Amino acid sequence: MSLPDLWFGLVAFFWIGYFVLEGFDFGVGMLLPLIGRSEDDRSQMLETIGPVWDANEVWLIVAGGATFAAFPVWYATLFSGAYVWLVLALLALILRAISFEWGGKSDHRHWGRFWMWANAAGGLLIPLLFGVALSALLKGVPINDQQDFSGSPMDFLSWYSLLAGVAVVGICLVHGAVFLSIRTSGEVRERATVLARRVAPVSALLAIAFVVATLAVAHDTNQASLFPAVVPAALAVIAAVDVVVFTRIGRQGWAFVATAATMGLAILTLFFSLYPRVMVSSSTFANSLTVDNASSAHYTLHVMTVAAAVLTPVVLGYQIWTYWVFRKRLTAPPVPATPAG
Amino acid sequence: MHLPLAASVVELSRWQFALTTLFHFIFVPLTLGLAPLVAILQTAWYRTRDDRWLQLTRFFGTLFVINFAIGAATGLVQEFQFGMNWSEFSKFVGNVFGAPLAMEGLAAFFLESTFIGLWLFGRDRLSPRVHLMTVWLVVAGTWLSSSFILVANSWMQHPVGYSQSGPSARPVMTSFTEVLGNDWAWWAIGHTLLAALMVGSFFMLGVAAWHIVKDRQAQIFRLAAKVALIVAVPATFLNLAVGSEFGVTIDNHQPMKIAAAEALWNTQKSASFSLFQIGGFTADDPDPSFSIEIPGLLSFLATNSFKGTVQGLNQVNASEQQAYGPGSYLPDVRLTYWSIRVMAYLGTISMLIALAGWWLWRRGTYMTSRRFQWIAVGGIALPFLSGFAGWIFTEAGRQPWVVQGLLKTADAVSPSITAGQVIMSLTVFLSLYAALGVLDFILMRRYARLDLPEIEDAGSTSATPPAVAF
Repeated sequence: MSLPDLWFGLVAFFWIGYFVLEGFDFGVGMLLPLIGRSEDDRSQMLETIGPVWDANEVWLIVAGGATFAAFPVWYATLFSGAYVWLVLALLALILRAISFEWGGKSDHRHWGRFWMWANAAGGLLIPLLFGVALSALLKGVPINDQQDFSGSPMDFLSWYSLLAGVAVVGICLVHGAVFLSIRTSGEVRERATVLARRVAPVSALLAIAFVVATLAVAHDTNQASLFPAVVPAALAVIAAVDVVVFTRIGRQGWAFVATAATMGLAILTLFFSLYPRVMVSSSTFANSLTVDNASSAHYTLHVMTVAAAVLTPVVLGYQIWTYWVFRKRLTAPPVPATPAG
Repeated sequence: MHLPLAASVVELSRWQFALTTLFHFIFVPLTLGLAPLVAILQTAWYRTRDDRWLQLTRFFGTLFVINFAIGAATGLVQEFQFGMNWSEFSKFVGNVFGAPLAMEGLAAFFLESTFIGLWLFGRDRLSPRVHLMTVWLVVAGTWLSSSFILVANSWMQHPVGYSQSGPSARPVMTSFTEVLGNDWAWWAIGHTLLAALMVGSFFMLGVAAWHIVKDRQAQIFRLAAKVALIVAVPATFLNLAVGSEFGVTIDNHQPMKIAAAEALWNTQKSASFSLFQIGGFTADDPDPSFSIEIPGLLSFLATNSFKGTVQGLNQVNASEQQAYGPGSYLPDVRLTYWSIRVMAYLGTISMLIALAGWWLWRRGTYMTSRRFQWIAVGGIALPFLSGFAGWIFTEAGRQPWVVQGLLKTADAVSPSITAGQVIMSLTVFLSLYAALGVLDFILMRRYARLDLPEIEDAGSTSATPPAVAF
C-alpha cells in the first residue's frame, strides 16, 4: 500500500469516526424539541452528550486537517467549490457549538428556546450538508484541467447527493434515539425507545437506498467495479435491518452497535466507491482528482504517518476512557440546576 | 465598484480573513491565558483544601467556559477558510503548512476538547487528583494547539525546511525538524503565550478589582488578585523583552517589515526610533512634518547595537525587485508603523499597571486604592487590543506576500469563487459575529459580577454544575 493510499484510508477513518460519534450527538440534538417536553427532560438529554460532543466534533477538524496536509489539492478544490454550502455549515456549526455552553446561562424565556432550536437545527443541517458534500465527490462536480472547481454551488445538488444527505440525517436520528434509550431513564427513555422503534424502518430504507445508489453511481460516473465496495454495502444493509430488529425486540445495546455500524459502513461504501479518485470531475473525467495527483509528496506523508501512528492510539485511548467515566445511566435531575454553582 | 472582479475577490477575502481572525483572537488569548490561572486556583485548593480557592476555581471556570465555547466555534471558520477562500494558497503550501495544522488537530484539539468535557462533567465521577489532572491537560492542549498554529504561521513569515523544483513550483517539505525548529516560530510562541498570560491575568485582576471596589467578598477576591499579579508582573516584563528580541529576528528575515514599522525610507546607520510622527508614510512624502525621535534606538531594537545599520524601504524594495521581478513590494507603511506602536505602547502601559499593583501590594494599600481598582477594571481591554495590533502588524507588514518570498496574496485566492459569494459570506459572518460579540460581552459581564458560588458539595471542583439546560 502506498502512502497516499494509506492517507486516503485515514481520511475515510476520520470521517467515519466523525459521523459515528458526532452522529448520535446530532440525533440527540434533533430530538430535543421532539421528545424533550420539559426543561428537566432536555437537561437530562443534553447531559448525555455534554461531556463528549466537543471531542466528537474534533473528528471533523482532524478529517479536514488531514485532507489539507495529505491531499492539499483535494482540500482546496472541495472547500472552494462547496463555498456557499460550507458557509451554511459553519453557521450551523458555530451556533450549535455555542448552544451547549450558553444555552443554560440566562433565564430569559426566549434565550433557552433559541439555543435549543440552534442545537436541533444544527443536528439536522450539519449531517445533511456534509452528507451532500461527500456524496457529491462521487457523483462528480465540474473540475477543469488546473484541478480547480469550475461549476456553481448547484452542481453539488443531485438526486443522489440529496438522498445521501437525508439518509445520513435519518441514521443520526435513530442513532441518537437509541443512544438516549441507553443513557437516560424515566419518560425520556421511554419516548426515545418508542421513537427509535418507529423511525428505524424508515431510516433503514433510506440507508439501504443510499448504499445501493452509491454502488450504481460509482459504476455510472466513476467507472468503478462492484467489488470491493459491495462488501461494506452488503454489511451496511444487514446492519440497517438489524437496527429494525433490535429496536423491535428491545435490545438497545445491540441496536446502538447496529446504528453505529450502519453509519460507518455506509460512509465506508462511499469511500470504497470513490477510490482511486478523491473527487470525480463531471465535466471531463480525466480531470478527476485522484489519490495520487492530489496528494502531498512522500516526505510529508511519511512525517504525518509517524505522527498519526503515535498519536491516534493515544487519542482513542483517552476517548474510550471518557466514555467509561460517563458510563452510568442518567436520571432526571431531582432539583433544578443552580446557575454557575 | 470598478475593480476587476478577481481583485475584488482578493480584497473581500482579505477583509473576511482579517475580521474573522481578529474576532477569533478575542477568545483565543483569554482561553490560553485563563486556563493556567484556573488550573493554578484549582491546584491551590487541592493543596490547601481551603474552600475559598474552590469558589474562585468555579467562578473563573464558568467565565472560562463561556469564552472557550465561542473560541472553539469560531476556530472552525479559520480552518475552513484556507480552502474556501484561498485554494491556490492551500494547494501551494499544503505540503508543508498542512502538516502542523493536521497535527494540531490530532495532538492538541483532541486533548483539550476531551479533557474539558471530563473537567466540566467529571467532578463527581473523578477523584480530586484526577480531576486536577484534567484541567492541566486542558492547559496543555490549548498551549500545544497554539504552538502548532504558530509553527504554521511562522512558515508563512519565514519559510524553512523545504525545496522547490523551480522558481514558482510548489514547495515540498524536506525537513520537518527544520519547520518545527524555525527560529521565528519559537519567538512567536514565546511572544504569543506571554501575551496570552497578560490577557488572562489582566482579566482576572480586573474582575477581582470590581469585586474588591464594590466590597463583595473582597477578601476572597484578594486571593485571585494576588495570583493574577504574580503572573502579570513577570509576564508583562518578559514580553517586552521577548518582543524586542523578536524584532531582531524579524529584521533578519523580513527587513521590509521593520523598515515599514519605522517608516524608514532610506538605509541608515544608528537609526533613531520615531515615537510619534505626522506624515512620512508614502514614497512621495518620505519626510514626516513632525516627529519625536530617540537617537540610535531603532538600530538597537533591530540589530542589538546602537551603531547597527537598518535597511530602508527603498533599498529593500529595490533588492526584492531584483529577486522577484518588477513591482512594488511595500506593505501599507502607515498601518505597519501605527500597529506596532499601538501594540508596544499598550504593552508598556500594561506593564506599568502591573508594576503599580505590585507596588501597592508591597505597601499594603492594594485593597484600599479605589483608583487602582478602577484602572484594573479598565485595564482588562489593554492586552487584548495590544494583541490585535500585534497581529495586524505581523500580517499586514508581510504584504504583498502571503508566504514571504514564495507566494503573493493576490495569487493565493480561490479562482472558482465569485465576489458575490464572498460578499454573502462576509455578511453572514459579520452579522453573526456582531451578535455573538454583544451576547458574549453581556454574558461575561453578568457572570463576572455574580457572587462566588457556595460550596455545598465539598470535594468536587469543576466550573458549572453537571446539569445543563435550555
